[in-house]
Amino acid sequence: MSDAFASPGRPMAVLLPPRAPEPIGFPRLTWRHGLFFVVAAVLIASMATAQTPPAQPPASAAEALSTAPATPFSVIIKWSPLLLKGFAFNIVISIAAMTLGTVTGVILGLGQISVNPIVRKVSWFLTQFFRNSPWLVLLFFAMFMIPFQFNIFGVIMPFPDWVKAIIGFALPVMANVSELLRGAIRSIPNGQWEAATSLGFTRTQTIWQIVLPQCVKRMLPPWMNLYSLITMATVLASVVGVTEMLTLTAQVHAAEGGRPELFAPLYGFAGFCFFLYCYPIGKLTQRLERRFNVKT
Amino acid sequence: MATAPTADAAPAWTPDQPIVSVRDVHKSFGGFEVLKGVSMDVKKGEAICIIGPSGSGKSTLIRCINALVEVTKGSILVEGQEVNDPKLDQLALRRKVGMVFQQYNLFPHKTALQNVMMAPINVLKQDKREVEERARKLIAKVRLTGKENSYPGELSGGQQQRVAIARSLCMRPDVMLFDEVTAALDPETVKEVLVTIRELAEEGMTCILVTHEMKFARDVADHIYFTDKGVIVEHAPPAEFFDNAKDERTKTFLGQIL
Ligand SMILES: Nc1ncnc2c1ncn2[C@@H]1O[C@H](COP(=O)(O)OP(=O)(O)OP(=O)(O)O)[C@@H](O)[C@H]1O
Ligand SMILES: [Mg+2]
Repeated sequence: MSDAFASPGRPMAVLLPPRAPEPIGFPRLTWRHGLFFVVAAVLIASMATAQTPPAQPPASAAEALSTAPATPFSVIIKWSPLLLKGFAFNIVISIAAMTLGTVTGVILGLGQISVNPIVRKVSWFLTQFFRNSPWLVLLFFAMFMIPFQFNIFGVIMPFPDWVKAIIGFALPVMANVSELLRGAIRSIPNGQWEAATSLGFTRTQTIWQIVLPQCVKRMLPPWMNLYSLITMATVLASVVGVTEMLTLTAQVHAAEGGRPELFAPLYGFAGFCFFLYCYPIGKLTQRLERRFNVKT
Repeated sequence: MATAPTADAAPAWTPDQPIVSVRDVHKSFGGFEVLKGVSMDVKKGEAICIIGPSGSGKSTLIRCINALVEVTKGSILVEGQEVNDPKLDQLALRRKVGMVFQQYNLFPHKTALQNVMMAPINVLKQDKREVEERARKLIAKVRLTGKENSYPGELSGGQQQRVAIARSLCMRPDVMLFDEVTAALDPETVKEVLVTIRELAEEGMTCILVTHEMKFARDVADHIYFTDKGVIVEHAPPAEFFDNAKDERTKTFLGQIL
């Protein structure tokens, strides 16, 4: 610590400001990405051919063409509008859960540093409970504990399954954000609190005007990480009957006669969609981490 | 700049009385007694230096003066206001007493100018334009014109420390506390900060400084206090203190340091 402070030319990295905005764009696509996509596509296709039952020797080329079952590729093309709609639904669930979870998580995280010992203990307990439960368990918990509709001042508010799923996913997000926030607040040097106090800031003012703005930067990379994880976890909603991408994939597979050679391409396609969505987020997270690197 | 007389000063206090009056202050952390009955008086416009070995309680003492640390026993009056009072009006105290820290503690997410303006605007709810004018003047005063929009991370230690001084001054305090404000700086940058403090003292700001800069203490201080193991061993005007120390502990300390 003291070394860092002792060199005035190189100020302590923890205190580095949001410097002159060096643009953080969407990760640039390079030829390596292209290569990766080609390899992935070939892999999915070859899995499909490998599982194609050995075809009867066709009498003629023309006959072979007319009777051959639809290729996996054409099946994916045919169903992709439906599947992508399902995927969009996963994204909607993930964004809604992340938003809800972040708002409640910040409240819970602030509760964890409250001056009121009861608020502090309750917030701590809730955080630990929801952080250490399997996500699927929390999803079931939300599904079966929340009634299908609420009566708020005479207005009947229906709670369809997908809304419950959002709540179910928001619970672990809340707990993780709460813990992230607590950690970030604790990582703010004590001197910041002292300086603020000596300038007459109250505790609440210090938290909102001085501590939290500094926490945002520290929390952003792990928060984005959490978002990736929750996005991928949204397929769990298929278990509780929400019609998202995985459910639709299974239905499409069944509609195509459950042919085993379609299994890998269809699920491969689903996985690939998630990859395409989450990989850039992961890349961006890495960049932010490098940029905000707090190590001296 | 002229310090306007504060309207909220306790009625009993008049400027000819000590502006800070510490009486038999004790402070324990857990069972460990850091201050064992410290008394001192600081008159308005005086600059006093507190020196002493590491761990002798210098920081603790000046933190007590602006209630960053709670006193276990004893009394501290700042302009007649009792600091060791459960019903203490903390804001009233903190607008009278400014503090500058060893590690600068600037807010890293705000520019130099914003750092200086933040407390008067958000805490004292003063007019933004008036505060900005004052802040720019203070930044000029600490010789940082042109650095208004730099973030702390873009400034050298000495520059950061001068912003921190301007930030405290923008609250228009009557007393300034400095806790080893040059200890984290390079020898070359120490000077620029000391020049700023010296100017302040010469303008009549009441300054209480903890420092290891003996030459500075000798030049600037009106009075020197030497602390060791939680007590004030002796205090005297600088000439007498440095040339005619009476206590053995003072002599040993000065022998080591000079
Ligand atoms: N918050 C605290 N909790 C427990 N002990 C403390 C606390 N603050 C200070 N101390 C102890 O009090 C003693 C005096 O500390 P203080 O910081 O006042 O010394 P100092 O004279 O300023 O020393 P230095 O020259 O190293 O800054 C030290 O032994 C320190 O460990
Ligand atoms: Mg100290």
